[in-house]
Amino acid sequence: MTALDESVLDGNAIGGMLFEVFGSEMTAAVATCATCGASMQMAETVVYLRAPGTVVRCRSCAAVLMVVVRRHTQNCVDLQGIAALEP
Amino acid sequence: MAGTAVRGRLTWQVATVDAVMDETGSVRTIVLNVPDWAGHTAGQHLDVRLTAEDGYTAERSYSIASAPGEPVTVTVERLEDGEVSPYLTEELRVGDQIELRGPIGGYFVWTGADAATPLLLVAGGSGVVPFRSMLRHRRNLGSKAPFRLLYSARSLPDVIYRTELDEADDGVAVVYTLTRQQPPGWTGHTGRVGAELLAETAWPAGQDGLAYVCGPTPFVETVAAGLVGLGYPAHRVKTERYGGAGGK
Repeated sequence: MTALDESVLDGNAIGGMLFEVFGSEMTAAVATCATCGASMQMAETVVYLRAPGTVVRCRSCAAVLMVVVRRHTQNCVDLQGIAALEP
Repeated sequence: MAGTAVRGRLTWQVATVDAVMDETGSVRTIVLNVPDWAGHTAGQHLDVRLTAEDGYTAERSYSIASAPGEPVTVTVERLEDGEVSPYLTEELRVGDQIELRGPIGGYFVWTGADAATPLLLVAGGSGVVPFRSMLRHRRNLGSKAPFRLLYSARSLPDVIYRTELDEADDGVAVVYTLTRQQPPGWTGHTGRVGAELLAETAWPAGQDGLAYVCGPTPFVETVAAGLVGLGYPAHRVKTERYGGAGGK
């Protein structure tokens, strides 16, 4: 195992940021991947915090679900990889 | 800046350090006084934000170590290259103030409402922190839910909450495995958590147990795959990964 492996986290680590973006608790919300159709709770997604911005990937197919880049007090959110998101 | 917390919203607020306790050489427990705390569920997190004099901020998420109703407590492991954990474990003193927001999380939680389902908790290193909240919550509720905790640590001195875990309540079994160093005469398990130890410790798949796995990412991947291999449905294995970037 490399050190890199430990920089790969999951959606639990971004619960605060998701709350900030969506205005409610989201780690238990179910996301559907727009690429492969798999459904997973946000806590189960694969999360990279060390990329420029936060990158959230599908645990089934590794496609990008969501990218969040913070600039000062604003969050720039790309949700193109998510087909559906249900609280 | 932090203001008055509004219920149902997540706002930064100022907390005061009420107590600090060293758990191991690199792990410290911090008890906080949070005036506007809305109450938490066992297993939830909070975010800590540190601001440097030049305005640079760093945020990290930490599992809450205390049960619902108890003073808000976090247990922090010092990461040598960390931005936040060295401050929390070495500099922070009683009476100091820090910014935090929470509680956060609705997935890796145990409410205690279901007392019939047997729980398997598998911890790697400081992954034991949310389980301390669950174990204390179980005790405070007087719950009879069957608990098993399988805890992998490098050595006995690296075991966090050892005194508390060694006084486990009825219905709670605590099993250690020591991966790097064992004391003379150690008769417990050694080495990393593998298929054999999981098969020995986990509730048989037919008992419809619920598993919570928390630890470094490679640990969680191995254990979760092992449990699925034993017949646990993937949705009955809740996982939480941490690492140098996310802190814990």
